[in-house]
Amino acid sequence: MARRLHASRTDGVDKNVWVEFTKLAADYKAVNLGQGFPDFSPPKFVQDAFCNAVSGGFQMHQYTRAFGHPPLVKNMAKFFSRIVGHEIDPFEDILVTVGAYQALFSAFQALIDEGDEVIIVEPFFDCYQPMVKMAGGKAVYVPLRPKADGAILSSGDWVLNPKELESKITPSTKAIVINTPNNPLGKVYKTEELQMIADLCIKHDMLCISDEVYEWLTYDGAKHVKIASLPGMWERTITVGSGGKTFSATGWKVGWAIGAGHIIKHMKTIHQNTVYHCATAAQEAVAQGFEREYEVFGTPESYFLQLPAMLYHKRNKLAACLQSVGLQPIMPEGGYFMIADISSVKVDLNDKRTEGESYDFRFVKWLTKEKGLATIPVSAFYSPEHSKEFDKYIRFCFVKEDSTLDAAGDILRKWSQAQ
Amino acid sequence: MNTARLVLNCTKFACYPANINCRRRLCTSQYMMSRHSHTKRIAGLDKNVWVAFTSVAADPSIVNLGQGFPDIPPPSYVKEALAKAASVDRMNQYTRGFGHPSLVKALSQVYGKVCERQIDPFKEILVTVGGYGSLFSTMQALVEEGDEVIIIEPFFDCYVPMVRMAGAKPVLIPLRLKPGKKQTITSADWYLDPDELSSKFNSRTKAIIINTPNNPIGKASVFTREELQMIADLCIKHDTLCFSDEVYEWLVYRGHQHIKIATLPGMWDRTITIGSAGKTFSVTGWKLGWSVGPEHLIKHLQTVMQNTLYTCPTPLQEAVAQGLLLNLKMIDQPECYFSSLAEELEGKRDRMAAILQEAGMTPVIPEGGYFMLVDVTSLNQDLSHMDDDDAYDYKFVKWMIKEKKLAAIPVTAFVGDESKKQFEKYIRLCFIKQDSTLDAAEEILKNWSKI
Repeated sequence: MARRLHASRTDGVDKNVWVEFTKLAADYKAVNLGQGFPDFSPPKFVQDAFCNAVSGGFQMHQYTRAFGHPPLVKNMAKFFSRIVGHEIDPFEDILVTVGAYQALFSAFQALIDEGDEVIIVEPFFDCYQPMVKMAGGKAVYVPLRPKADGAILSSGDWVLNPKELESKITPSTKAIVINTPNNPLGKVYKTEELQMIADLCIKHDMLCISDEVYEWLTYDGAKHVKIASLPGMWERTITVGSGGKTFSATGWKVGWAIGAGHIIKHMKTIHQNTVYHCATAAQEAVAQGFEREYEVFGTPESYFLQLPAMLYHKRNKLAACLQSVGLQPIMPEGGYFMIADISSVKVDLNDKRTEGESYDFRFVKWLTKEKGLATIPVSAFYSPEHSKEFDKYIRFCFVKEDSTLDAAGDILRKWSQAQ
Repeated sequence: MNTARLVLNCTKFACYPANINCRRRLCTSQYMMSRHSHTKRIAGLDKNVWVAFTSVAADPSIVNLGQGFPDIPPPSYVKEALAKAASVDRMNQYTRGFGHPSLVKALSQVYGKVCERQIDPFKEILVTVGGYGSLFSTMQALVEEGDEVIIIEPFFDCYVPMVRMAGAKPVLIPLRLKPGKKQTITSADWYLDPDELSSKFNSRTKAIIINTPNNPIGKASVFTREELQMIADLCIKHDTLCFSDEVYEWLVYRGHQHIKIATLPGMWDRTITIGSAGKTFSVTGWKLGWSVGPEHLIKHLQTVMQNTLYTCPTPLQEAVAQGLLLNLKMIDQPECYFSSLAEELEGKRDRMAAILQEAGMTPVIPEGGYFMLVDVTSLNQDLSHMDDDDAYDYKFVKWMIKEKKLAAIPVTAFVGDESKKQFEKYIRLCFIKQDSTLDAAEEILKNWSKI
């Protein structure tokens, strides 16, 4: 065909780190600590709920309410109202989406117009940037930086500079995107840090998109705080959550956005013109999951306590293993990723095929191909303008079976012994 | 982006002041921050016929022949396949973004056979959230401001808002009823005027959307091969794309054949063909669909996918793959679900048509799909007491839901303003319903004239 076919909104958003690196891991059959998904099963009670849904009445296999299956939105409203400290209306204040990914997409499409600026805190989950671009918006980046003093051992040592953040706000700034617990760093924003952001949102009348998919995964006493619960923030915050991360069932792709009805309604308009409905049975299963967790909330029965407890040990195991081979991990306060500083490792990245790529990309490819261990390069989570500053880190995912972590440990030990 | 041009280019879509959304926006304005209004791309797109009518019909005392979903169970082997898939650990986690490998391979086998060509499962197929998600990915990938997209009326209602959300201009052309009095009207009596269609193409035309079998009329083989060829010739002449929505492709009744426009000469390279697991296997609640087409087009849909929802649910895709492979083995046999469902529905179609005729209405017998248009003119129902701003069919359906406890969908929801007069005496009924539902509908229709 002679004419240009594709829409310009797809220009510059065609590259994708996951497509590239998951293929690489698969091609080399590497021990996969790259893409973030568990290699163990979801808890039995949600698996049972899914099976019950599948063998349920015919309605389970037909369209449900477009903006969210009624049992799910009702259970979520009940569950989250007491956490947020606000009476959440299940039908006005919640939109169920195909994963948190689609909730983010709907938020940007509903609220970001051509020329609007969106502040993204780095390192950021990579999709924020292309989604802002596709909506015609302009991304403005503000990095978390390691504190200048002393050893940088924990994600808590990475902080925002309030003056730097405020300097990035212009009359065109529509929204700020935060992710807590943060992927890839693992930072769990403290109340004071969120208050600082909230103050700026209110002062400059900005929206806040808060990606909280890892909300239950916090360690060492760190507490997850919802920015929407701070004064003046409910009416300007969209909180994004994930059934996949919450219940270790990433393949179900059930996510949501919770916020004030006057904002959610615009996301509903996007939703009804994009996918319209989400799969019924998976929503029914997640609804059952929330009902059960509401009953056992705060007790040892709660999966929301059991999962972080289980991951805490895996986190520590991986950190010890990385330290023993001379990689310097940054201990995450939350989430299921850990980044490690690779600058002290000496390898000969003599691969013509990766020449010109950033150091961490080359290192990750080398580690996958030569050692059979898959990870993700951290500069993928940075803007082009800052990626050079942060190209000496790689990301490990530890929501894996012990056998996977052991296999990774073996690879690293053999490699360090060989050096 | 030129805002003025965008506004001028927008086709005025139906605005029904009775709609709740308008009132709500005024009420909450006091809560709206000055900057928190919605984006331009969704201006005027908040109204939606489904949101308005499905909640009304959710009342169990109402016999629902409105929204198009089966109340008959899906084949048991797909449900079993799903339960089995969900019991495998790996199947509960992310799969390949552009489509679960076993599913895209199964699709390439099924469509490879049907289209008689090799289809690359990884480059020429994208799995999406329903046929709806395929339509969306196609529009976002290939349509933008400055483009025009030809849409044939009556159309599945999402085409126009999706085109508008992509910033482009919908250009509408109605199917017309052949003149002359006939005892029985079928969907074949509706045709596209070749000269009229030709006049709609110009240098800005990016694509034409066709839907065969058509929702709501049920016209299949959109259209005979000759009509498809006419559309193909225009696409080639004007170098436009064709988006062919074929979600009801297996539901074609005796004497008719589903033809894929992508198989006509010169068309593969410019066509995206859309299919649906929900319609194929009577599992609308699974929300899985697919786009099939040449790599140079599909790759842009894949770009949209990786920036919108990234991947579709894994166990559902695995189950659909199993269902497809099972039926592929039996494809020329009567047990094949692709044929057995059509046979079952043909009986329901004929029964529905007979009941409607007895009640004094004029059905349009569909050649395909599971909807039937019904002309209610001869009932002469007086609706002058109802909201003047609604078109007749909207009023009729609301009245019928309230007074007769029977739900349908008004057909003017599927046309643009200029064609409303032509279609406002029609309502749409869905007949993929179990016998007890059709029995209940029959009771209501038999007693229609009694108070």
